Amino acid sequence: MSELLDAFAIAGKAFFGFQAIFFALLAIGINVHFGYTGLLNFGQIAFAMLGGFGIAISVSMWGLPFWVGVLVGVAAAVVLALLLGLPTLRLRADYLSIVTIAAAEGLRLLFRSVSATPVTGGTRGLSAFNADFINLAPWDPAGRHQILGTSWSGGELWVALIGWLLVTVFSLLVWQLMRSPWGRVVKAIREDEDAVRALGKNVYAYKMQALVLGGVIGAFGGMVYAVATGSAIPDQYQNANTFLAYAALILGGAARVLGPVIGSMLLLFILQFADTGLRALIDNGIIPEALLSSTDVAQIRFVLVGLGLMLLLVFRPQGIFGDRREVMLDAR
Amino acid sequence: MPADPSAHGAHAARPEELSTAQAAAALPGTATAGRPAPQRLAQAALKDLPWEVGVAKPDPAIVVDGVTRVFGGLTAVSVDHLEIQRGGITGLIGPNGAGKTTLFNLMTGFDQPNTGTWSFDGKDLGKLAPHQVARLGVVRTFQLTKALSRLTVLQNMLLGAQGQRGEGFLRALVPGGWRAQEKENTEKAMDLLRRFKLDAKKDDFAGILSGGQRKLLEMARALMSDPKVVMLDEPMAGVNPALTQSLLGHVKDLREEGMTVIFVEHDMDVVRDISDWVVVMAAGKVIAEGPPESVSQNQAVVDAYLGAHHDAPLTVEEEDRVLAEVEAEIAREEQGPPRVPHANRSDEKDGLV
Repeated sequence: MSELLDAFAIAGKAFFGFQAIFFALLAIGINVHFGYTGLLNFGQIAFAMLGGFGIAISVSMWGLPFWVGVLVGVAAAVVLALLLGLPTLRLRADYLSIVTIAAAEGLRLLFRSVSATPVTGGTRGLSAFNADFINLAPWDPAGRHQILGTSWSGGELWVALIGWLLVTVFSLLVWQLMRSPWGRVVKAIREDEDAVRALGKNVYAYKMQALVLGGVIGAFGGMVYAVATGSAIPDQYQNANTFLAYAALILGGAARVLGPVIGSMLLLFILQFADTGLRALIDNGIIPEALLSSTDVAQIRFVLVGLGLMLLLVFRPQGIFGDRREVMLDAR
Repeated sequence: MPADPSAHGAHAARPEELSTAQAAAALPGTATAGRPAPQRLAQAALKDLPWEVGVAKPDPAIVVDGVTRVFGGLTAVSVDHLEIQRGGITGLIGPNGAGKTTLFNLMTGFDQPNTGTWSFDGKDLGKLAPHQVARLGVVRTFQLTKALSRLTVLQNMLLGAQGQRGEGFLRALVPGGWRAQEKENTEKAMDLLRRFKLDAKKDDFAGILSGGQRKLLEMARALMSDPKVVMLDEPMAGVNPALTQSLLGHVKDLREEGMTVIFVEHDMDVVRDISDWVVVMAAGKVIAEGPPESVSQNQAVVDAYLGAHHDAPLTVEEEDRVLAEVEAEIAREEQGPPRVPHANRSDEKDGLV
């Protein structure tokens, strides 16, 4: 029983940990793209990778200050959004999704390639670029802190604090934008572009703004991940993360300010709880080894998440925060 | 913005016309129960024009010149010259596939022509994107109604307002900058919604409205932009008769307010009722134009709707004759001496029956 309590505590740490922040920021960006504007961005992880490597390359390779690295990461995300958007946003929605998924995979392969090794560190990636940031912590970064039965290092806590601050800032930004006339135009574009064009709005410009905004938020997610892990490795930025962020968004409720945030926290909690919980049950012999070995747990937990999502879509398609009436309008 | 200086010219023309329209409208209302005068304005102006294609109008709002649009081998639109009278209701009719909607798409920038130009108040619209056309005051509705389902009715309306400060990305972040304007727009939207009897639904999602209510909403939304020209693509399609009457009333109101209305419609009763001028298209060309009563007498129009060879393929006599000839031939082959075809025919027929 105590193991299950431990599992709960560990999952609770995941609930607030840097990975939840990472997915929350990815999902907030996707929410701006997909939830509000109707842009199908299937390569959000590319923005995150540029954010993370923006810092890593600037600091480790070019010897620039940390904060310049942040700016480089943001600028890279803006450039990527413009490059992806310029040719595709005039076309139907599917073209953007094709281009983004290809760009995410292509960029990762480029970053891990041998020819890029002098800049990106290749498959081994870059490390030792986050010291400037960690040392800003008002407490000892190396010390341990016990919070509700979980143990955090000072550095982890500092990253989590700033990370959640970022999540709050971006959530407020999205909230303010979406209650403004700008948000109204963007939501109308999601419903029907041509109707919005006929009312004198430059749809292309709005879509581009939304793509850049969501991409930059995603880049901050990548920065949090890179700073928290202390390393930037291209293969960490697998495109599966984009789809997990989509799962988090749908779990929480698309086109809702808090949907992606709560969705990410819950997703991470469920993944971590399933992991430690199942391991504990196997170790105690409650689940026989023949049925499920502890090496399978890492895979099985994603199966459980998938099952959960299916049940969610059947019984609560609007997610946790969504409005069922609103979602059901699509069925017409 | 290159369009701005010339836009003033358009404005200069409008108040003057509005005032005459309003003065004319006020007179019969107070004195005798006369007909609404504004209709007379456009109608009277167009009265003496010859009923011929491409005729010059006294005060054209829109002038189309040599516009062609080709889809592969099909020429969807090929209009040599067309003028639309300002302040009038122009009906655009024609059989399916005549190119009416394509012409609408071209004029509002939703499609690009292969050749040709067109202008609104002397400003060339040929190279403009849809939103630029709309900003000049030419708004349209769509054949398949485009209500923005997951926005409320009121949000749909507010979207139509032009020059909103809060629609810029950075200015949206400072609510103080757009609150007052938003309030004004909301009042204006509520006035329009009351006029279109949708005010009770203002907080409902547009997606739950009926087809007819969506048509009303789309028209009301277009009016939020204070347009000068309203282009309605089949505003009455799929709307029940009672609502059709109210929609008709709204279209007539637009004219009273001095707007130029162009609409596509299939129902000839509707067209006859409200149009000042009718343009008939078939196979991409304008084949006739004139006042509504002229059109049904026009041979080209009758041909376009019913087909140019609208006599029956074979009359009874012809059929009999052909049949008789064939039978005679068969008979000749079977027997030596030829028989009288006519007698033979009736024999055979009796036998068959």
